[in-house]
Amino acid sequence: MSDIHTPFPTVPSLLAKPLSFVPLAPIAQALTVLARRLVTRHPGLISRLGPYVDSSFAIAPTDLPVTLLLRPHPTAMRITLHRDPPRADARIAGPLSALLGLVHGTWDGDALFFSRDLVIDGDTSAALALRNAIDDCELDLGAEIAGLSGPFGRLLMPFIDLAERRTGMPLRRAEARP
Amino acid sequence: MQLTVGPNQFFWDAAIWRDFYLRLADEAPVDTVVLGELVCSKRLPFYQTRFPEVIERLQAAGKRVVMTSLALITLKRERKLTEDLVDMGLEIEVNDLSALPHLPAGAAFSVGPLVNVYNESTVRWLQARGARSICLPPELPLASVAILAGAAPVAIEAWAWGRLPLAISARCYHARLHDRAKDNCQFICNADPDGRAVDTLDGEKFLAVNGVQTLSATCANAANQLPGLAAAGVAALRLSPQAEGFLDVCTLFRDLIDGRIDAEALSAAALPRAPGGQYADGFLTGRAGVDWSGAAQRLAASS
Amino acid sequence: MMELVCPAGTPAALRAAVDAGAHTIYCGFADETNARNFPGLNFSREELAQGVDYAHRRGAKVLVAINTFPRAGAEGLWHRAVADAETADVDAVILADLGLLAHAAEHHPDLRRHLSVQAAAANPDAINFYATAFGVRRVVLPRVLTVAEITAINREIDVETEVFVFGGLCVMAEGRCSLSSYITGKSPNMNGVCSPPSHVQYVETKGALDARLGGYTIQRNAKDEPAPYPTLCKGCFQSGDMTGHVFEDPSSLDAKDLIPALAKAGVTALKIEGRQRSRAYVAQVVRSFRTAVEAVAAGRPVPPGTLASLTEGQAATTGAYRKTWR
Repeated sequence: MSDIHTPFPTVPSLLAKPLSFVPLAPIAQALTVLARRLVTRHPGLISRLGPYVDSSFAIAPTDLPVTLLLRPHPTAMRITLHRDPPRADARIAGPLSALLGLVHGTWDGDALFFSRDLVIDGDTSAALALRNAIDDCELDLGAEIAGLSGPFGRLLMPFIDLAERRTGMPLRRAEARP
Repeated sequence: MQLTVGPNQFFWDAAIWRDFYLRLADEAPVDTVVLGELVCSKRLPFYQTRFPEVIERLQAAGKRVVMTSLALITLKRERKLTEDLVDMGLEIEVNDLSALPHLPAGAAFSVGPLVNVYNESTVRWLQARGARSICLPPELPLASVAILAGAAPVAIEAWAWGRLPLAISARCYHARLHDRAKDNCQFICNADPDGRAVDTLDGEKFLAVNGVQTLSATCANAANQLPGLAAAGVAALRLSPQAEGFLDVCTLFRDLIDGRIDAEALSAAALPRAPGGQYADGFLTGRAGVDWSGAAQRLAASS
Repeated sequence: MMELVCPAGTPAALRAAVDAGAHTIYCGFADETNARNFPGLNFSREELAQGVDYAHRRGAKVLVAINTFPRAGAEGLWHRAVADAETADVDAVILADLGLLAHAAEHHPDLRRHLSVQAAAANPDAINFYATAFGVRRVVLPRVLTVAEITAINREIDVETEVFVFGGLCVMAEGRCSLSSYITGKSPNMNGVCSPPSHVQYVETKGALDARLGGYTIQRNAKDEPAPYPTLCKGCFQSGDMTGHVFEDPSSLDAKDLIPALAKAGVTALKIEGRQRSRAYVAQVVRSFRTAVEAVAAGRPVPPGTLASLTEGQAATTGAYRKTWR
């Protein structure tokens, strides 16, 4: 785990800016496919949510012009992207790198909360349940994306690792790092 | 149903303490009085010389006298105090389980509200060990009280009046509020005979501190729950001493139990006597402890 | 070497703790039988069995905390938890309730019993009582004692002691506090939660963030200040002309530097709080403390290094271990 006192790397505006005008639906569709695949491979993601499986979660990277709305479901999980903040039962906001680090076990959620790098609104219980469910699944989005890309996926891995080193964004599971 | 006067939680001057209990002996329609120091062992030397006189007067008035243990026993001196307490020969109310091994085998004892008694197994274990009455923790809902009252042949008592004892600590909040070390507290808790108010930043009444103890800002009042408590088989109601008007409170509860007044009348008449000027009975009704089942009551000129 | 007892709120955290060098892991079932009954946390029966297997294969032990106070009329839930822990081959159960201890001693005599901090056994009389009456083999000491008091206690008892060295700090005697249920209706003793998130609300007011618990404002922090857990006893209140943290400042315990003193005091095991924390926290804290206990065992000083970023309010205290705290 890295020291969270180092400022979080933010998404360069060159990369963030296009999200203000490119069509979001195809990206949301790709994320939904990824999310459903994650749920199939990590059923704990749903079971740990318990009663909060019916809640909606807004995930708001503060350095991106979009908010991600997550509606968990065992088979029909959905992710949509929104330029205006969507209504949700719980909202988790922070720099994209902090959110990715949370998913990947790089940083501790409570520590990010103490340092105000992470802000939680709405149903705190639901947000906690989601965080704990994700933490237990030991997700590796880098590896999942590579896996999605079929036989060429394995070739992608070195590039994802390189991108992680270059950007400082936690793109892979903490334990998977060399 | 009987009435028990719990141990005084606060630190009063010895003369005031003595007068309080002498009047209680002579005038209060109560059955049992628990004496002694519950909260802080450092207070005891100030008034313990008055014990014999008060005990004699209470017993002469036909009241059962029980001596409480401390709520939190840590120091060697406090363990010795517990032994001395047992040597007094009166029934002991255990408010810290570590007082239990000091009791002679087979001796009858009481269990106070600061011992964690939450279920049937615990009641049965304590009864088998010699407990003859148990005042349940104020946190318990009526549903639990009813089950526990039927769990074993032991008299079950419920907290019925007074600021609720919510927590006990090694740290003294009175000393902390006065920027003093606990060892040099200069007995400042003596300045607040019913505890010192702790309010929220919005100015709402919230809690009260009393040395190492934290209490509710509200005054517990179980009057509305009397039918449920009686149906559950509760043997006694516990009233917790306060600086002013306590005899009136005892009389009002006696009148309520005997059917001379109803709960609404008690609550209306006792409100000026309630420390903090607000009632609560949420623990018994299974809600947040601070909740009150009656109509919103707020005393204009509350302390 | 002193035994390092580490928290796991999830199977992933259990594995992280074992891999980081924990000698022992403690965890709980996903229900009200344990004192960290938080959403999304804790173990199913199957997960516990797998966790025990993972730990045992690597020479680590697993303890199961069944440390709330069984509800009247529903003791069966707690009795099943004890039986299932034994079936899962755990190394001990951590219990607090008198009735549950009596039940376990009678029905599961071969299952090792530890006394939870929630039982608040704060002196040798209490500890010897639990040892004699229920065969308790280890006591987790309440966080109200000084090192000198712990030394004195160990001279008068025959069972092992375990003390907290890192993480959240209760100001009140544990297991004897109903502040949370007074305000929210949910308590550590009965529901396994304190100041539960379901009753917390954050409200933004002119440049500040208010945390409300059950509708009462318990914290008000400027937006750039570190945020503490919205725990009742660490709130900011007013009393008379004083405004501030009446009970305790939002900080958490870090007694790493006291490890040599605790070793000398006869303490067997060091406990890290934080079953509600992530596997990242577990891995980092366990690694740091494993290095420290190894150093102390070898007669070397405790290595420097701070875990400040992980602590509440980003401030650490040695708590009651030093007498001035009181």
